[in-house]
Amino acid sequence: MRQIVLKAENLRLRFGGVVAADGASLTAHAGERIAIIGPNGAGKTTFVNICTGYLKPQSGAVIFEGKDITQLAPRTIARGGIGRSFQLPQLFLDNTVFENLLLALSAREGTWRPWMRLDRHPKADEMRDMLEVIGLSSVGDRPVRELPEGMRKLIDIALALALKPRLVFMDEPTSGVSSREKFSIMDTLVRALDHSATTAIFVEHDMDVVSRYADRVAVWTGGKIALEGTPEHVLNDPDVRKNVIGV
Amino acid sequence: MRFDLLFGAIAFCAVAGVPFFIPWATVMLTIALGVGLAVLGVVVLLRAGQISFGHGLYYAAGAYTVAFLVQARLGLDTLLLLPAGALVATVIAVAFGFFAVRYRDIFFAMINLAVSMVAFSLLEKLYSITGGGDGLNVARPTLAGLKLGRVSFEFWMFYTTLAIVVVVALVVGRYLASPLGKGLEAIKSNETRLEYLGVSSARILHIAYGVSACLAGLGGGVIAIVTGHVAPEFAYWVRSGEFVFIAILGGAGNVVGAFAGSIVYEIVRNYAAAFAADYWQTILGVSLIAIIMFAPQGLTQMRFGKKRGGA
Ligand SMILES: Nc1ncnc2c1ncn2[C@@H]1O[C@H](COP(=O)(O)OP(=O)(O)OP(=O)(O)O)[C@@H](O)[C@H]1O
Ligand SMILES: [Mg+2]
Repeated sequence: MRQIVLKAENLRLRFGGVVAADGASLTAHAGERIAIIGPNGAGKTTFVNICTGYLKPQSGAVIFEGKDITQLAPRTIARGGIGRSFQLPQLFLDNTVFENLLLALSAREGTWRPWMRLDRHPKADEMRDMLEVIGLSSVGDRPVRELPEGMRKLIDIALALALKPRLVFMDEPTSGVSSREKFSIMDTLVRALDHSATTAIFVEHDMDVVSRYADRVAVWTGGKIALEGTPEHVLNDPDVRKNVIGV
Repeated sequence: MRFDLLFGAIAFCAVAGVPFFIPWATVMLTIALGVGLAVLGVVVLLRAGQISFGHGLYYAAGAYTVAFLVQARLGLDTLLLLPAGALVATVIAVAFGFFAVRYRDIFFAMINLAVSMVAFSLLEKLYSITGGGDGLNVARPTLAGLKLGRVSFEFWMFYTTLAIVVVVALVVGRYLASPLGKGLEAIKSNETRLEYLGVSSARILHIAYGVSACLAGLGGGVIAIVTGHVAPEFAYWVRSGEFVFIAILGGAGNVVGAFAGSIVYEIVRNYAAAFAADYWQTILGVSLIAIIMFAPQGLTQMRFGKKRGGA
């Protein structure tokens, strides 16, 4: 059996009357790509928020590479090797695309030298290559504020990957991306993940993307997993087809 | 960037010539540059979207440090007094920073205001140490080892200050372009992402807070030496507010603008006070409103007003 990277155990969290996590558990193995699907409000984002330290569960634990990270701050978890992209891109809007990536690079390398210009970072070429790979070289010098949602989504993912995490959470990576582009983007993304042997857990609404790119699918309803398995097994389940996919 | 340098060079030459062409304006200009240093401190924090309404505290810390050292008759030179003032201001800021950088926006502004007002009342009340409301006189120190008469001291003090300003502007310009400086812009736009990159936004702001207090302290020291006097008003909120005012006047987040703004401010203040004693603050207020409406990037950006972004 492959090594266990992440083990979320019995996470519980309620907001007033809303139970956002109701005993959610999930195990991810090295190199796996797990898709989380489920209806709106099922608690998918909440799960990601708990695993990345943004929310603290009322009970349960998150174990990353054998270490309990449940109570750690997001930045400690990020430094420990977990990256994350957001449902709504979280970017430095006033900075250029390139600067956004260079800040991620500085964060990873710990290069906070006050006498070094950010754009002269010794490893800046790595970020130029990354821009090339995601097809955004032409807008590298534009402030992120001026770019459309689809591009922001990509930059948001690129920021997470620039940290070279061993595990990455992506909250709906293809939402806001045109259906024409989604496969080419996912191809690029998956190639990058495979290349760096990064384990990935992504929330996804698009079943074409799920069936094509996920090794395993977890169906979320009411704050926990209702069904888990291979894409063909899960996506052909009558309950899932009726309640989640809506056919 | 090119324009910035060109503009800076022209402005520098114009300012550098003043003691020869308009000798009576030398002291006024030295004061403007000293205040400009404190304004630059405020500008650094503005990069992170944070306004301090209490930087008078660090300005006063620099000024009083110089005053105390001069009164102690240690025979310290101007070139030692100024760094000493900056150092004391920095140390206070680094210590208080552990508390202050936890807050943002209005809370950050108010925490700074509150502490500066405590300092103000201490300076006023501790009469035996601080001279109370009358403040302290600062006898003219030596400059680079030389004992100078009033006129030549003013002349050389101006060039000393100008040299400091040039070095500081270059160093701060570089700092603002560095990862740490760009990190300040990141704090302004998205702290969540910064945290998710594994970066402590509090630490980045803390460093900036120290830098900004160092600048304010340096400026306060210059003013103490040039005017030969320090008073509790240095820490008063009106002074702090002036720094913020000038920072916006010159173009928030702009290094050259901090000095351009304070020179314009000092000139307007001198003339307006002479010609319209009762109204000059009104005039300043109206001009600020005009700037916010017509040149929100500040005075220096109005010249090459390249509009960025869409509608
Ligand atoms: N910070 C919060 N405070 C209060 N309620 C919250 C908070 N975050 C989430 N919730 C609630 O918890 C439930 C789960 O939300 P969550 O965002 O995790 O759902 P989701 O599965 O990601 O949905 P979507 O597909 O719409 O993104 C929702 O009912 C939501 O309103
Ligand atoms: Mg969600």
